[in-house]
Amino acid sequence: MRMVLAWVTGMGAAFLLAPAVYANGWNMPVGVTEISQDIYSLHMAIFWICVVIGVVVFAVMFYSLFRYRRSQGAKADNFHENTTVEVLWTTIPLLILVGMALPATATLQKMYDPSGADLDVMVTGQQWRWHYEYLDEDISFTSSMSTPGTQIRGEEERADEYLLDVDNPLVLPVDQKVRFLLTSDDVIHSWWVPDLAVKQDAIPGFVNENWVRIEEPGIYRGQCTELCGKDHAFMPVVVHAMEQDDYEEWLADRKEEAEAEANSVDREWEMDELMERGEQVYGSVCATCHQDDGSGSGEFPALAGNEEMLDDVDWHIDAVVNGVSGTPMAAFGGNLNAVELASVITYERNAWDNDTGDVVQPSEIQELLE
Amino acid sequence: MAPKLPPQHTLEQSSATTTAGQAQEHDHHHGGPTGIKRWLLTTNHKEIGTLYLLFSLSMFFIGGIFALVVRAELFQPGLQLVEPEFFNQMTTMHGLIMVFGAVMPAFVGLANWMIPLQVGAPDMALPRLNNFSFWLLPVAFGLLLSTLFMPGGAPNFGWTFYAPLSTDYGPPSTTFFIFSLHIAGISSILGAINIIATILNMRAPGMRMMDMPLFVWTWLITAFLLIAVMPVLAGVITMMLMDINFGTSFFDAGGGGDPVLFQHLFWFFGHPEVYIMILPAFGIVSAIVPAFARKPLFGYASMVYATASIAILSFLVWVHHMFVVGLPLAAELFFMYTTMLIAVPTGVKVFNWVTTLFRGSITFETPMLFALAFIVMFTIGGFSGLMLAIVPADFQYHDTYFVVAHFHYVLVPGAVFAIIAGAYYWLPKWTGHYPDERLGRWHFWLSVIGVNLTFFPMHFSGLAGMPRRIPDYALQFADFNMVSSIGGFIFGVSQLLFIAVLIKCVRGGEKAPAKAWDGAEDLEWTVPSPAPLHTFETPPDLTSQAPQRH
Repeated sequence: MRMVLAWVTGMGAAFLLAPAVYANGWNMPVGVTEISQDIYSLHMAIFWICVVIGVVVFAVMFYSLFRYRRSQGAKADNFHENTTVEVLWTTIPLLILVGMALPATATLQKMYDPSGADLDVMVTGQQWRWHYEYLDEDISFTSSMSTPGTQIRGEEERADEYLLDVDNPLVLPVDQKVRFLLTSDDVIHSWWVPDLAVKQDAIPGFVNENWVRIEEPGIYRGQCTELCGKDHAFMPVVVHAMEQDDYEEWLADRKEEAEAEANSVDREWEMDELMERGEQVYGSVCATCHQDDGSGSGEFPALAGNEEMLDDVDWHIDAVVNGVSGTPMAAFGGNLNAVELASVITYERNAWDNDTGDVVQPSEIQELLE
Repeated sequence: MAPKLPPQHTLEQSSATTTAGQAQEHDHHHGGPTGIKRWLLTTNHKEIGTLYLLFSLSMFFIGGIFALVVRAELFQPGLQLVEPEFFNQMTTMHGLIMVFGAVMPAFVGLANWMIPLQVGAPDMALPRLNNFSFWLLPVAFGLLLSTLFMPGGAPNFGWTFYAPLSTDYGPPSTTFFIFSLHIAGISSILGAINIIATILNMRAPGMRMMDMPLFVWTWLITAFLLIAVMPVLAGVITMMLMDINFGTSFFDAGGGGDPVLFQHLFWFFGHPEVYIMILPAFGIVSAIVPAFARKPLFGYASMVYATASIAILSFLVWVHHMFVVGLPLAAELFFMYTTMLIAVPTGVKVFNWVTTLFRGSITFETPMLFALAFIVMFTIGGFSGLMLAIVPADFQYHDTYFVVAHFHYVLVPGAVFAIIAGAYYWLPKWTGHYPDERLGRWHFWLSVIGVNLTFFPMHFSGLAGMPRRIPDYALQFADFNMVSSIGGFIFGVSQLLFIAVLIKCVRGGEKAPAKAWDGAEDLEWTVPSPAPLHTFETPPDLTSQAPQRH
């Protein structure tokens, strides 16, 4: 019996101390949207209701265990069944549940109203990265984890944002209603940022809706939350929320870059330029499967010294643009532009001692895409 | 104490028949198959029960080793021991083996042993079918485990095997996985049919439905759940089989199919499945708590009705596993309300157990310790379940470690503790010896400490934002994961004590009388300990008894 008491006290102390030790990062974040704050309140309300019920029930239980020990000479009573008690312990919980369901329903109705959005962003899950498209702005880009493999394997000290950093964060304006349209190119993913209280599955063949109105500028991090294959742990979500002015500046820069790139399709590109751009694209899009050094892994073939690819440049272009059926190799023609495609193909044909000397020009790819 | 024991003349009659039974047993087995054939060909419910329990125990350890691989990798951030592909195989196989190989067969084993004894029947209604149901299992799980050695590895898409990850993107071994699940499903359905036939047809004269022990009641309801939902599982994996091998597109959006349909079908099976794993546990705890409180269960009838309500509601809540899939508001609200409703009958059960303790005369033998721990920790799992039912909050909880904490609380200190409690409770009946109390206590306390160290911190890591099924995690989750891993190893290793208890108990120990626990009721305590191979060949006659339960 003393052990029971010791255990109860010990566990109780542990649970009470945990919050003190983990002032940050042991509870649901309050977040930076009205919805996230509503959800946090619901969460805490139901939590405290559970705590109160738990304290009452366990108090009666442990009191009985302590008070009615046979070793202390307790004689068993014989009572059983009591309609009043049984009706009470059915109806009181029912009333508590109704009390809980009302605010939950109200919050859910708010969450399910994506009308009147100022900005639409298409979010596409891909093994294992996110693709963002600003629907009214003609801007799109891929967002991949930027934590290097050396940190994952412990060869380098892990950064604070370990596994939660990307090359191109999603940039959004604050105080604007942003509607997300979510889908997937392959398996089911789930796009989640705890501080925004947005979690929505991205399902191939479906377009799901969700929305957010961020109240504070900042960088908000999350992860894919639906098992999507080997690198499920390595597709973070990073949202960079900015004031309207900063956002518009960022938007203008992005547009300019995109325009410059579009204009540069027709000119002749130098090998060095293509290699530099290609390395960037490769690191962001290809390296998760084919590895930084092109050595491949598991079902993903090595690209370094890959004869099928090196012998036939047309096959190589076709594989990257249209994918390879019957394999996990996806079609990138829809996600990357001509410059990116040309540069990454050139890079793959010349990096890691492949040294074919082949240069694939963006203009060639552009023709193919059209 | 309620006079629930059969009257003296019945007792004498049954012990007379069992003595005769022992004599007959000698005749029966003279020249019967021996050695391995005895076990391959047995149609005896006690032997088959033992086979089920030993099978389940071995699966519990295999599934446990997979879990420890997972916990070892998660001990620290970074990838240390296994690659993500293998990690995913471990989480998947851990779930499949524990659900289908450990927990379900353990309950069927207990049903085989105890239901005929508790209803006064000589055996199960369909003894040969019983043999077949058991021997399907080693085939099914041999096949499933063999996928670990196949090219491309074992299934790696989680125990919920969502399409299209499991269909278009699954490893080649997926077809073997489907076949093994089909076989295990047939085994479950046949076992359920047998249990229903036994309970409905073979009760001792005078035992009405409302006289049956709660373990029998909960199993009767569980068996109907099994018959209702295992065919749905068979259907959904057959559709997968077609998608993978025969060019259909049930779940492939590219061919006009619907990946969300998979989830509806899976969870229409999957939610009743969770209750299949907990209802018999309720039955066990409802036997143990009155026995060691020496006081009748507070509300027998309301326990039966609560179990039936939970079973009916289990068909109306499956979408709560899919709240972030993108379903219409009306569907989310409906399934939120039905899910919250489940708290009512579940609460009734907990209140009943607690009230049974009130003004009892309580002792704390090992079966009671596990049953009490069940009540506390199952309730904690119930609370987190209630939190998960609140849809807006579920948008934050879904697919995080908070969910992992929740379902492990109801499955490990829930279902598994109840199974262990049942084993300690009935071991004197099975072996004729009491299990070693000292070892039992060590087993209990180490298990309680291990289980809470493992799963309680998962609430925190989940709320703080750690998704489930990841082999590597951000740095803020490191401390919680380290504690979980240490707890996991404590829990895993302390289960070896259970093996020690079992071996010791089979070999010897304090001799148990027919009624091994002074507060225990029910017919199984009227036959000698150990129960002879054949019991109740002449059924005990309960017709002359006063109403027992209420």
